[in-house]
Amino acid sequence: MLEIRNVSLKVKGGSRTNILDHISLRIKPGTLAVITGPNGSGKSTLAEIIMGIKTPTSGKILFNESDITTQSITDRAKAGIAYSFQQPVHLRGIDVYTLLNIASGELITPETATQYLVKVGLDSSYLSREISNKLSGGELKRIEIASVLARRPTLIIFDEPEAGIDLWSINSLVKVFKKLKESGVATIIISHQEKILKLADKIIVLENGKIKQQGTPAKILPKLTGGKDGTN
Amino acid sequence: MELTNEEKQIFCEVAGTFEIPAGAYNFRVNGKSVGRSSTTNIDVRPKKDQSGLDIYIKKGTKNEQVHIPVAISATGLKEAVYNDFYIGDDAEVTIIAGCGIYNCGPSDSVHDGIHRFYVGKNAKIKYIEKHYGFGPGKGGRILNPTTEVNLSQNSEATLELEQIKGVDSTIRKTTAALENDAKLFVKERLMTHGRQTADSIYEVELNGKDSTADIASRSIAQDYSKQTFKATIIGSNKCRGHSECDAILMDQAEVHAIPALDAKTKDAELIHEAAIGKIASVELTKLMTLGLTRAEAESRIINGFLK
Repeated sequence: MLEIRNVSLKVKGGSRTNILDHISLRIKPGTLAVITGPNGSGKSTLAEIIMGIKTPTSGKILFNESDITTQSITDRAKAGIAYSFQQPVHLRGIDVYTLLNIASGELITPETATQYLVKVGLDSSYLSREISNKLSGGELKRIEIASVLARRPTLIIFDEPEAGIDLWSINSLVKVFKKLKESGVATIIISHQEKILKLADKIIVLENGKIKQQGTPAKILPKLTGGKDGTN
Repeated sequence: MELTNEEKQIFCEVAGTFEIPAGAYNFRVNGKSVGRSSTTNIDVRPKKDQSGLDIYIKKGTKNEQVHIPVAISATGLKEAVYNDFYIGDDAEVTIIAGCGIYNCGPSDSVHDGIHRFYVGKNAKIKYIEKHYGFGPGKGGRILNPTTEVNLSQNSEATLELEQIKGVDSTIRKTTAALENDAKLFVKERLMTHGRQTADSIYEVELNGKDSTADIASRSIAQDYSKQTFKATIIGSNKCRGHSECDAILMDQAEVHAIPALDAKTKDAELIHEAAIGKIASVELTKLMTLGLTRAEAESRIINGFLK
């Protein structure tokens, strides 16, 4: 489904020029992969490169065996890739119902839109709310997740989905990921959260722009925690 | 009188119809009334001493509408129109005004609309005003509305003021004076493009105890257009006032926001918020991740912002 071949991103200047250094990965349908690692290791950059928000300086990205390395964000979205931002975006002038309609790619009823909101612990009272700073960070984050669910994609990338969901329990989020996996959606999650790491079919540990290790939670988690079964 | 296609288009844009509406109305074309009607509860009378109307709404009138749209299709026409509204106690009405100019010639066409509202005790009005311009002529399309609202005890006015597009120059002045428990809500939407200029000036006096005012202005300035938003709220009693200017700036356009809060007593709670900026690239990126092109994303934000 998704294949990342030798992807690098180099920048000029700064303390580190190799933001990503020859990354190669394969994600199959229905796989739940968690990318973890210290701050600045290149996790979010890799997620942005998969979505087309950033462009690699070398390497290839294949999606369903097509080379999408030079494709626009829009084309990747239309091909079935969805992306959940770490920091939810304010969209002045756009209400939640409109956003979910855009995300669905078709006119949906308020009842259908509400179903996406219920999945993230919200209700129909949010449909008319503008996606602005009048909503709390937690509400915006949940609406962000609802919008990617409404895409009904075949691959979803979540960049730190647990960040800012103070009003919504991590357990609800875990349920969402389990359902996605059961439905055959490939999921890539950037996370440090133990409960999310434990869900993974595959954990990829990035450090200084390189893959330091990858494998199943049984193999990787003890190394991350110095022998204990779990992370922080 | 047969309306031209341009005049029909104007009435559709500013009043939603060019056909005779339900309720009281006065349709004005090129300085003359082309249709007028009163109802049992709403009396629409032409002024004797100057151009315009006196509109009397009986005490206790409920759920009625008045349409008073204006169309100008003659190049070079300049007019000042004075419309006074006397709204009886406990009445609830919607007033649909607005003006459009079609200018196909070389001379400026100007409409100065001066609307004064005297709102009785416990009465509620909703005032909808849309401004619109189009036409191939080099003459300017100039609209200068002045709106004066006098709110008696426990009355309420909601003003929806919208400049759709095509107005070359506008100076919009809105003043209001509120007595005890009176409420004013203003929702302004403004779009300028080309080399258009728009000044929007508010002065609201919260004189009465527990009076409240909320002014929310949203605008988009494109191309080389220039906008000024100046809102002054004066609190002379225990009251609450809030004004908000939110503008999207594009191309080489300029927006100036000048807030002024004048609290004459410690019991006055007055707030002003202003945000001016371009469409953030992250807003466009977010919508592109949902399958829109950059142009579609920009259009969605602009259209949604002015709703």
